[in-house]
Amino acid sequence: MTPPPADGAALAAERGAAGAAWRGRGGQGPRPGSRLRARAGTALGAGVLGAYLSVLVMLPIAALLANAAKGGTSAFWSEVSSPEAVAALKLTLIVSAIVVLVNALAGTLIAWVLVRDEFPGKRVVNAMIDLPFALPTIVAGVVLLALYGKGGPTGIDVTFTRAAVGLALLFVTLPFVVRSVQPVLLELDRSAEEAAGSLGAGPLTVFRRIVLPALTPAILSGMALSFARAVGEFGSVVLISGNLPFKTEVGSVYVFNQVENDNVGAAAAVSVVLLLSALVVLSAMTALSRSRSRHVG
Amino acid sequence: MSASDLAATAPSAAVTARRTGPRGGGRASAHPGAHAASARRLGLRFLALGYLLALLGAPVAMIFYRTFEHGLAPVWEAVTQPNAVHAFWLSIELVAIVVPLNTAFGIGMALAIERGRFRGRALLGLLLDMPFAISPVVVGLALVLVYGRTGWLGSWLTSNGMQVIFSIPGMVMATAFVSLPFVARETIPVLRELGTEAEQAAATLGASAWQTFRRVTLPAIRWGVVYGVVLTTARALGEFGAVSIVSGRLEGQTQTLPLYVQDRFENFDGTGAYAAAVVLALLAFATLLGMNLLAKRTKRDTVV
Repeated sequence: MTPPPADGAALAAERGAAGAAWRGRGGQGPRPGSRLRARAGTALGAGVLGAYLSVLVMLPIAALLANAAKGGTSAFWSEVSSPEAVAALKLTLIVSAIVVLVNALAGTLIAWVLVRDEFPGKRVVNAMIDLPFALPTIVAGVVLLALYGKGGPTGIDVTFTRAAVGLALLFVTLPFVVRSVQPVLLELDRSAEEAAGSLGAGPLTVFRRIVLPALTPAILSGMALSFARAVGEFGSVVLISGNLPFKTEVGSVYVFNQVENDNVGAAAAVSVVLLLSALVVLSAMTALSRSRSRHVG
Repeated sequence: MSASDLAATAPSAAVTARRTGPRGGGRASAHPGAHAASARRLGLRFLALGYLLALLGAPVAMIFYRTFEHGLAPVWEAVTQPNAVHAFWLSIELVAIVVPLNTAFGIGMALAIERGRFRGRALLGLLLDMPFAISPVVVGLALVLVYGRTGWLGSWLTSNGMQVIFSIPGMVMATAFVSLPFVARETIPVLRELGTEAEQAAATLGASAWQTFRRVTLPAIRWGVVYGVVLTTARALGEFGAVSIVSGRLEGQTQTLPLYVQDRFENFDGTGAYAAAVVLALLAFATLLGMNLLAKRTKRDTVV
């Protein structure tokens, strides 16, 4: 049991006495003071932790929600349903959904190849998967521009197109599905696959009936994290997409522009929509993933 | 080719092979089956590696080529510009403040979630995951709404002579918010696996809570913590959206290295942008190396 943070100071004072008692006893056997001392320490820790989270996370999020709700539902609705906001939110959600589906396929494929295949340089490829997490997002944008931008060696120029938005989001979300599927695949008992194969099931049947059900929870949780990340992504998109309203402006860029123009009401309202869509998808897919893993387990 | 090899390549059918139908998996030594299996395996390998090359490998290689195509001199000149140097040290300063802060609080949150018994634990877990669900831009906006000039605490801060937004404290908060979960999220599974037996034994033998933590818990979770620290560092160094909003992006004052990259790019200074981006990319590669060395370490530690 953790005493409420308010008691922290009082208990901390007692803590000194308990410490003195402990030193006097020379640390022999269980001490009556030790439990109190531990409690005081926990209370103090809880208080500091609570303060940190309040200042850093809770207060700002409360301010965001309060600001979005300030003018009531009608004001919120009119901010969210302005044509530019609708276009930005629609683009964000549609491109994120496409990116998540591509990730589900490509991520599972990559995880499969990394676990079940052997080829020279596999360890380097495996290490490279995490690069999008380590690379600053703005650098991700510059990197993509260097190859797929104007004057690039491929002759492909995606700058200022919706494809550029998708490309940037695919880059930054690449590791999620791979890294959630990989450990499951490593742990997967192959005897069921072998048994099915020896009973005459084809490779497709074995995958669909035995491997895929076992991987589904991991694929879903990777997809959920990808979606949450894609919906809020800013740094990698900002240079390559050109941020053209009604064309390539995503939700986070819209929020940024509204903040720059001192239109905080619109920024807060659209922020809340972005946050809610990420949270809803995240919790729905996590719930789905849990129920699936229960079926399999 | 063994039966397990055949089974191993089986899913390739889902992607490449069509109309193959059921084949005698039991007769794995049959040549046509083995041949198809190895063809599928190669097909899958090239599909996966091709995707990675197009999305990841080639673009990253390209930026190094673009940066160094005219030799080292222009790159050196670009990265030693006063604004670039200032941006670099500002980024390092933010990392030096945020990483210790989030390491201490990350361990604290991991202990509270995994070992604590209080009603708010679910809420704490939710708060911890917030940075994963929230856009960096929204983080910046939320901070402005509290600590900005017209924010909740704006007038109080101003009358006390404190400026948070458009200065270092705000940038520290933005960076700390987005990199909050990593240490805790890496430490929680290690704590769970560790169990409480050793800690209880230490307590029974008369160790205080702090002694138990320092002598028993911390050594056991250290690699998880260090892994989290590496992730925190990478995130803090590269943070863009949140810092972009709260910093005001003042050249030579509140411009971090990622913000400098954007500024150079938008001012058509390709060399400057690429050079600064490569500096950040090299730091990312160092991070990656650290992650891989530690991944082995953590595995070894948790297995024993």
